[in-house]
Amino acid sequence: MGAVNGNGKATLATVWLGGCSGCHMSLLDLDERLLDLASKMELKASPLTDYKDFPEVDVVLVEGAVANSEHLEHIRTVRERSKILVSFGDCAVTGNVTAMRNAFGVDDVLNTAYRDNSTVIIGIPVGNHIVPGLLERVRPVHEVVKVDYFLPGCPPSADAIFEFVAALIEGREPSLEGRKFG
Amino acid sequence: MSVRTLEIDGKAVTGVAGQSIFSVAWDNGIHIPRLCHVGGVSDVGACRLCMVEVEGQRKLVAACMTPVEEGMVIRTNTEQLLAHRRLIVELLFAERNHICAVCVVNGACELQDLAASLGIDHVRLRYRFPTLSVDTSHERFGLDHNRCVLCSRCIRVCDEVEGAHTWDFSGRGVNSLLISDLGEAWGESESCTSCGKCVQVCPTGALFAKGKMVSEMRKDRRFLKYIVTAREKHEWVR
Repeated sequence: MGAVNGNGKATLATVWLGGCSGCHMSLLDLDERLLDLASKMELKASPLTDYKDFPEVDVVLVEGAVANSEHLEHIRTVRERSKILVSFGDCAVTGNVTAMRNAFGVDDVLNTAYRDNSTVIIGIPVGNHIVPGLLERVRPVHEVVKVDYFLPGCPPSADAIFEFVAALIEGREPSLEGRKFG
Repeated sequence: MSVRTLEIDGKAVTGVAGQSIFSVAWDNGIHIPRLCHVGGVSDVGACRLCMVEVEGQRKLVAACMTPVEEGMVIRTNTEQLLAHRRLIVELLFAERNHICAVCVVNGACELQDLAASLGIDHVRLRYRFPTLSVDTSHERFGLDHNRCVLCSRCIRVCDEVEGAHTWDFSGRGVNSLLISDLGEAWGESESCTSCGKCVQVCPTGALFAKGKMVSEMRKDRRFLKYIVTAREKHEWVR
């Protein structure tokens, strides 16, 4: 694998699609081990980074399912610019809670949220240049782009994340010990 | 009782005539995966996870439904079998809405355990996302069709142990659905004794006890061994 760039540090990015950000919270649960990782890699982009163009990176962790038109466009760019793409957490891997709306139609979902159960009805958001439109069907990331590794969990534990990222940076296969699915 | 001598995964083992390959394997510490088998009720060969290779036979056979024969040479763990089992489990995940993160038995589920033990880290098939209901009409229990794998354990335990036969399937194939009585809401079933045996044998969170939160429910099947021992040996021992 050898995910190391010119200055000796691997580059990492994290992406937040249709998910609750719990996987990112779990990443922060690495606590002092984040310092350990910081010495070995450079974080090029995250949901808190103000970037116009997604950077070229060695490893990207993708949280969340592909739920709207913006996610769809973004994940394709992310794929092109990343050497190793990891489906990070259950929403990315299976669709999970984000995909529960798939059992109903988009119109039903929007009507329920913005009309039937709303005290103030200001209309139903449609896809435009400000608010991205919902896709007919929420999809796990690997249905849209090629995924190199899967890290299931809701959220994946900090230990699992640390083992995974450390392994990818060191260029070895991540250990699957103690892993659960779904 | 006539004895049968055979070989499973290179190990010489013995069983008695009429005993299934599955049962002889487990007696000898060879744990063939299963989802529909549950000790104490009859087998139906519904889940196909216990398929094994028998030397000299072209077809795979369900270990729970095949009696041992003298001189059989059986393999339970070949690459081909593992590939089939992975596919079966992925099909089960794709067929209905198993949102494990919001399930009462998350972390103590036989389907999840199977996936993990087979090294499944994603489902290669397109999820179907069917629209299915949840029946919470019963006072103490609930039925979530989204999590049902159609193993029929509940049907068999209700029929064979409780003697009520409240449960059965309606429909065929992918449209099969567990129903109580003739399709009434569970809470209105006249045959249900509310014993809860079905809930305890269910391998997933499809049948659950009300009042449990995510990951809080643990199923307990010890009652089954107790009843079966009493029935077969006339010994009421825990």
